[in-house]
Amino acid sequence: MRPVLYVLSFLALIALGFWAYRENYATQAALKEVEGLQRQIVGMREALSVQRAEWAYLNRPDRLRDLATANFDRLGLLPMEPSQFGAAAQVAYPQPALPDISFTTDIQGTITGADGLATEEGL
Amino acid sequence: MRTPLRPLARILQARQDGLNPDQIEKENLRLRHEAMREKARGRAQFRLLILCASFVMVFAAIGARMGLMAATEPMEPRASAPGAEIIAQRADITDRNGRVLATNMTTHALYAHPKVMVDPKGTAVKLAAIFPELDAKALERRFTDGRSFVWIRKVLSPEQMQLVHEIGDPGLLFGPREMRLYPNGTLAAHVLGGTSFGAEGVHSAEVIGTAGIEKALDVRLRDPAQGGKPLALSIDLSLQATIEEVLYAGMTMLNAKGAAAILMDARTGEILALASLPTFDPNDRPTPIVDKTAEPGDSPLFNRAVQGVYELGSTFKIFAAAQAMELGLVGPETMVDANAPMVWGKHKIKEFEGKNYGPLLSVSDVIAKSSNVGTAHIALMIGPLRQQAFLKALGFFDPTPVELVEAPGAKPLIPKKWPEIVTITTSYGHGMSASPMHLAAAYAAIANGGVMIKPTLLKREGATTGVRVMSEKTAMDAVAMLRRVVTEGTASLGEVPGYEVAGKTGTADKPKKSGGYYDDKVVNTFASVFPASNPQYVLIVTLDEPVDTTLSETRRTAGWTAVPVAAEIIRRVAPLMGLRPKLEPPAPDAVTAASN
Repeated sequence: MRPVLYVLSFLALIALGFWAYRENYATQAALKEVEGLQRQIVGMREALSVQRAEWAYLNRPDRLRDLATANFDRLGLLPMEPSQFGAAAQVAYPQPALPDISFTTDIQGTITGADGLATEEGL
Repeated sequence: MRTPLRPLARILQARQDGLNPDQIEKENLRLRHEAMREKARGRAQFRLLILCASFVMVFAAIGARMGLMAATEPMEPRASAPGAEIIAQRADITDRNGRVLATNMTTHALYAHPKVMVDPKGTAVKLAAIFPELDAKALERRFTDGRSFVWIRKVLSPEQMQLVHEIGDPGLLFGPREMRLYPNGTLAAHVLGGTSFGAEGVHSAEVIGTAGIEKALDVRLRDPAQGGKPLALSIDLSLQATIEEVLYAGMTMLNAKGAAAILMDARTGEILALASLPTFDPNDRPTPIVDKTAEPGDSPLFNRAVQGVYELGSTFKIFAAAQAMELGLVGPETMVDANAPMVWGKHKIKEFEGKNYGPLLSVSDVIAKSSNVGTAHIALMIGPLRQQAFLKALGFFDPTPVELVEAPGAKPLIPKKWPEIVTITTSYGHGMSASPMHLAAAYAAIANGGVMIKPTLLKREGATTGVRVMSEKTAMDAVAMLRRVVTEGTASLGEVPGYEVAGKTGTADKPKKSGGYYDDKVVNTFASVFPASNPQYVLIVTLDEPVDTTLSETRRTAGWTAVPVAAEIIRRVAPLMGLRPKLEPPAPDAVTAASN
């Protein structure tokens, strides 16, 4: 019985050693990957901040004003004026489609002799 | 082997000899106990030794670890997930809508190790060709005088870096640099201030604020705990750009030396725009003028809105009127003595161009016509002590608390003594100097219903509280008076249809350095509040030495210079703030519809 136990524990030791060896290398690889990713993130953050700066630079009011002046023929942009405020009533909304109301009353009969005062008393 | 306590042989022997055999037993018992004790001591000693050894080992391990940690270079934890909090750079500055006003960019600094240089002379010549500001001779001397390290440039553009790479000398090296960038150029330059490099190393350099909000809030901007969270200012980029544009046009048209404008939210104290002209580019901050004879205002770095401490002239009159109403001394229609010229001791108080609005004038008309004499009489009713207390409550005795490094230095100039003649002159804004920012804060108190709030350049969340300096009724009456200045008084050019501008003009002669005042140099101010029926914004426009020559005569009064500029600013800015023009109520007709 004892020798079997010895052999088994020896095998277990070898297996554990192998597992630890593999884990060690896997961890190192993961760390390396993380480092690479971090470097990539830093690079992208930098690129992002450069692009944000560029966006702000390209959208600076001076430039937009000059561009609006240069392209006035096409865009016709002018500074905002108080007169450009309007009331909601001034907005030309599309007319809603109304039901046909040409014949709203059903004529059931006329009273003779009432002379133009045709009322719908029949209703 | 266990020894018996009563060995038979010895017992028998002892009995034979007539001795007590119990003695033998006792003797043996003693020996046995001694042996047991000996054994126990040995074991205890061994345990102590083990304990000692483990203590020594643990302490040695801790000590070694501490030594190791102290001696090694600090390193970021490799396995932890990085968030935004690890960015150790200066925080961005944005406007109130999140548009970038200041950000960072990675660039490179150029330095040299002359000892490893292959061709110092040729390198110096080539460098001077790339950077015109470098002198080839001086550079060559620095490369060859035996030093081992030379800084050449603090920042490089990518193109310049490529050109330096192409020189190909191994002695030329680059260090990464974080550079502050102001993408909007000169816009809001006086608010932002500028930055420069502090402690410089090869691998990095500190960026520190040198002026404006960059310096005032340097600690906040550099605080790593804030995790690079952008600092949101109360400034609105569009409003700022519009105001700078209109103000510049006005300044040029009126031949003014300088100009300043402040647009403030009267309720919260947030400064929506702060302009001072002439301006500068914070990306390339000019060096301050060191010439002793030059006035501080000659430098574009001078912030007229905050540092420019001027006599603000008649804009002060409303404070005297408001205080007198608050104290119940007068009402808007109370008649006061306005008979000009007024003689007080050896002083003579005159009106503009020697006019006389008297003998009596209502308080409302005193403001509308800007009567010095009328204001003087109102001020005398108030008295020096109460006048000082009121002006102090309005913040005219202390520097403004705005978040600019220049603000604490701009202390108002207050007369040392306060006799009655000072009460009189101060009431119409002479003899006491304050900055346009002071004026904006005080007018905001009138506009928001009488509460003195702290002006700020930071975006505010939620409601603000302040100290009440006058009742709501007084504030409303004061605004109504200011409205009359525009509708029928000195600021008639300030009328902007739909926006009910209310305001007060102020023209003050510039003091000479040698004493006395210039005849032809004035500072014109227009302090306005709009819309009058529900005041929301305060606009201060100040022009330094303007002249209006459009018509036949030369005019230097605020009504002809600062007022039209302010009106144009309001006309342009109010729609941008989403302020709807109010339809003026139609003039009452002769025939009105009647119904029963």
